[in-house]
Amino acid sequence: MPRDDCRILSARFGRRDGHKLAVYEADGGYRALRKALTSMTPVAVRDEVKAAGLRGRGGAGFPTGVKWGFVPAGASTVYFMVNADESEPGTFKDRWIMDYDPHAMIEGAILSSYAVGARLCFIYIRGEFGWLIDRVQKAVDEAYAAGYLGRGILGSAYELEMLVHKGAGAYICGEETGLINSVEGRKGQPSIKPPFPAVQGFLRQPTIVNNVETVAAVPYIVREGAATYRRHGTEKSPGTKLWSVSGPVRRPGVYELPLGLPFREFFTQDLGGMADGEELKAVIVGGSSVPVLTADEIMGVNLDYESLAEAGTMLGSGGMIVVPSRCDMVELIQVLMHFYWDESCGQCTPCREGTGWLHKIVKRLRTGAGAPSDVELLERVCDGMMGLTICPLADAAVMPMRSFLQKFRHEFVALAHRPEIAQPRSRWARQTNEVVR
Amino acid sequence: MDETATQGVFELSAAGQARLEGILARYPTRESALMPALWIIQDEKGHIPPAGIAWLAERLGVEPARVWEVVTFYTMYRSEPQAKWVLQVCHNISCHIMGAPDILRHLEERLGVPRGGRTPDGLFQLEGVECLGSCGSGPCLQIGKHMYENLTPEKVDALLDGLRGGQPPRADTDRELEA
Ligand SMILES: Cc1cc2nc3c(=O)[nH]c(=O)nc-3n(C[C@H](O)[C@H](O)[C@H](O)COP(=O)(O)O)c2cc1C
Ligand code: SF4
Ligand code: FES
Repeated sequence: MPRDDCRILSARFGRRDGHKLAVYEADGGYRALRKALTSMTPVAVRDEVKAAGLRGRGGAGFPTGVKWGFVPAGASTVYFMVNADESEPGTFKDRWIMDYDPHAMIEGAILSSYAVGARLCFIYIRGEFGWLIDRVQKAVDEAYAAGYLGRGILGSAYELEMLVHKGAGAYICGEETGLINSVEGRKGQPSIKPPFPAVQGFLRQPTIVNNVETVAAVPYIVREGAATYRRHGTEKSPGTKLWSVSGPVRRPGVYELPLGLPFREFFTQDLGGMADGEELKAVIVGGSSVPVLTADEIMGVNLDYESLAEAGTMLGSGGMIVVPSRCDMVELIQVLMHFYWDESCGQCTPCREGTGWLHKIVKRLRTGAGAPSDVELLERVCDGMMGLTICPLADAAVMPMRSFLQKFRHEFVALAHRPEIAQPRSRWARQTNEVVR
Repeated sequence: MDETATQGVFELSAAGQARLEGILARYPTRESALMPALWIIQDEKGHIPPAGIAWLAERLGVEPARVWEVVTFYTMYRSEPQAKWVLQVCHNISCHIMGAPDILRHLEERLGVPRGGRTPDGLFQLEGVECLGSCGSGPCLQIGKHMYENLTPEKVDALLDGLRGGQPPRADTDRELEA
């Protein structure tokens, strides 16, 4: 499974009882915390993470140490939040961390909280991960009992409270301001930035939100040092990244790769290529919100931030969705547009109405009720959404939509001109407004 | 809000009360305890009744409309009683590629209800839901805290038969979770 030469985040995946504190400690767990609390100032921890070049793994790829530096110096109340809302279609890497190595996330969260001066840390886990919430809560309880949380941690003056917060089913709560509003006990609707949460977030105080995978890399960086971390990856994309791979490949799952690995090598060696009888058509490389690459395009890219940007897509969350040639791209984009429409929080008109129209138009193409002008209409709707909203959810719908239209246009055009090739509707079709029939 | 909706007595069990006190003591403001408090109500009652909303609004010192707004924004909070087993089938992209439409169709046929429907005996409720984070092992469905992965029509049949026969749900995933 993961490559042996670079196992930082996945080293303990599959380890028997690896989620238990005693086993984590036996594997060297909480040594980084001890090191930081006995010999490093918060600023030193932040500088180490900055020097490591760690970039946020939640999707945006913003340098973590730099973000931590935005907390105003001398702020008296600071909050830290771990974003474990993991709801981006195709993404299931944070689940594996919480499943196999919850203490790595917790130790990373304590170190990160220390670095930014937080005394209260939330771990926001999507409500659907019920069994993982229990698992993480148990691990947090263990950490309290062992003196890694609470007052005077490991005999230092540092104190930290940690709360596991259960989400309740809303993709938009993964957006950091939506997440903060949700923890405040409101609808999880994003807020306009600025002010950025690092300056004014939870309860109007400086708040840092980081992804589970970002946080889980921190203990390694503190323990081994930035230079060791930088031995993996590229100059601009240092370190390793977890990729969650779905679709009909021979070996789907979660893989840790050094950033910069050629896709071709990963695909043939690690994933074992396509499953029997399947042929590669396209790959959505960074979770459902990024532009799709055709089979030809993906074979030439390296898996890092810069190379993927050059190819016209994004690394995103690392949720790699492999599309086989038997799939109809119009059908797949209908599934995605239904998702964004469903999950739009509704406060921006271009997003609320636009996602609805994108879904509706694609659906009518698929059910044989479309018109030749619908292909251009889809593009015009996209133009009216991109970059015009409070949060990037609207963009997240537009990016796959536009790339599907551009790269698989013939499939849309065929349906628009020959409605008789559209799918017959099933016997339930008229009773519900569900995705694809 | 409709006045009758707020009527009726609402009470939490002693254990529920204790949980709520624990939450209120740890969350920095009363309002921020709203989501966990709603979970306590739903865990105990199976759904969040109107009387519970009024009760909680008073406990937290917020308008009932604020609580309603939150209950209706999040899909996992339910304001109506639910069927005994709520089958939530992921219909998002990865599962779709791996055969979710067949699983959903199979369930619709087997249960005799469309997506969003409930069997007349109150035993099953069928829902299509967005990505559940099991994309690499789809198609998948969830019942409460239990995840069923790599579904086939045969596995679905076995699951339904088990539940009908009184067998409690049990996760069926790639990775066995030790306690
Ligand atoms: C619609 C939307 C959904 C998001 N969902 C998630 C998510 O589930 N998990 C996550 O870590 N970040 C998510 N993000 C990104 C967060 O807003 C934020 O950038 C991230 O949590 C910051 O952490 P990082 O710097 O460690 O990546 C989402 C963003 C948007 C716009
Ligand atoms: S872009 Fe969409 S999801 Fe984001 S704030 Fe606006 S309406 Fe809500
Ligand atoms: S797409 Fe079905 S679990 Fe993610």
